[in-house]
Amino acid sequence: MDFTPTPSQTVGPYLHLGLTDARSIARIAGDRAKGERVWLTFRVLDGEGAPVPDAMIEVWQADSEGNYAHHGSAGDAAFRGFGRLATAEDGVCTFETIKPGCVLGPGEAVQAPHVNVSILGRGILKRLSTRLYFAGEPANAADPVLALVPENRRATLLAQPDPARPGNWILAVHLRGKSETVFFDV
Amino acid sequence: MSSSLISAKGKHPGGSVVPFRRHEPGSQPDSFYPAYRATRLRAPSQPLIFLPHTLSEVTGPVFGHSDIHPNDQDLTAQHAGEPLGERIIVRGRVVDGDGHAVSNSLIEIWQANAAGRYAHAKDDHPAPLDANFSGTGRTLTDADGFYSFVTVKPGAYPWRNHDNAWRPAHIHFSLFGPAFVTRLITQMYFPGDPLFAFDPILQSIPDERARQRLVSKFDLETTKPEWALGYRFDIVLRGRESTPFER
Repeated sequence: MDFTPTPSQTVGPYLHLGLTDARSIARIAGDRAKGERVWLTFRVLDGEGAPVPDAMIEVWQADSEGNYAHHGSAGDAAFRGFGRLATAEDGVCTFETIKPGCVLGPGEAVQAPHVNVSILGRGILKRLSTRLYFAGEPANAADPVLALVPENRRATLLAQPDPARPGNWILAVHLRGKSETVFFDV
Repeated sequence: MSSSLISAKGKHPGGSVVPFRRHEPGSQPDSFYPAYRATRLRAPSQPLIFLPHTLSEVTGPVFGHSDIHPNDQDLTAQHAGEPLGERIIVRGRVVDGDGHAVSNSLIEIWQANAAGRYAHAKDDHPAPLDANFSGTGRTLTDADGFYSFVTVKPGAYPWRNHDNAWRPAHIHFSLFGPAFVTRLITQMYFPGDPLFAFDPILQSIPDERARQRLVSKFDLETTKPEWALGYRFDIVLRGRESTPFER
């Protein structure tokens, strides 16, 4: 038998019907989740810098101690690790969560706090994969995945703190063009 | 999955995850496919950076298991009356790259009504809405990976990608599978649709055999006498490499 994986297709412009109208998750961490509460704002932009108003972002992250709630496994019960939102007309969506802890990496390496990000939308034929890291985080320097990224493009993965609103981090996702975000082959 | 793959407490080396297999060339669409106009501004121009799988990639959420209602898998039974159109049953099995069942896993679908109109505020195709059809379904695969939906056959509809552009009839499918990297969103088509050759979304998949994997098959076994035609649509999610190794 042939068990080659089924091909991907775009979610199209009406993804909200099946995916986000009834089942958005903006809040990844409940009130009792341990850790530093943060709000992660994504702004999705196309190759001309225009906001993408019909994208969907899904995120997957570890809890504050670096454990993934894999298939509901033990860890922080108030923390689900998964979120998904459609972007608004301005290309923006915001998740409420806690800052993830460091996650074990290959060998002895330790991965810096990061959020795994999928971007789907009209004009996106297969899921785009990227990561959000936190600017100024000391562990970034030794992160084995950031090390795979040419130095001049690493900044595209670094969310910046919003000086006006403590705990808020902002990441612009450029799908294409001069400031194009780094996307990974996962 | 064993707990050794998800521990981050230092008891196990974080590097010995079992990675998922990479896709064969041509079996997935190209991101940049200019005939599908929207890709011109939304597909990356830089090559993707190869990321050896870590815990972050091989773990994944449980999502959508609670709050599934019986009518969620019967799109013809969600309103006071029955929707217009040709009632159909769509049934299939979800397996991984080794042919093993993907059980108890969420499938979400959405589609146009029989006239080719989505119940979505931004769909302005001048075809009638159907008050008895929302076009949204969800279900969990059973212990053997099987699922089924009852719905109506969606209509083809025009889009503005190019002159006289029409999408072949399709149902959108969304699946999670066991890990964040097994996430799949795709579209199921109907056999013999004359629009296939003109549809850049389907044609963005280079390999013809791979395109055929998105075309459901008429299935007499799924067909219910005096009631509805049946279509079979099996789905394969990525499987794992056979042995764990350090990367």
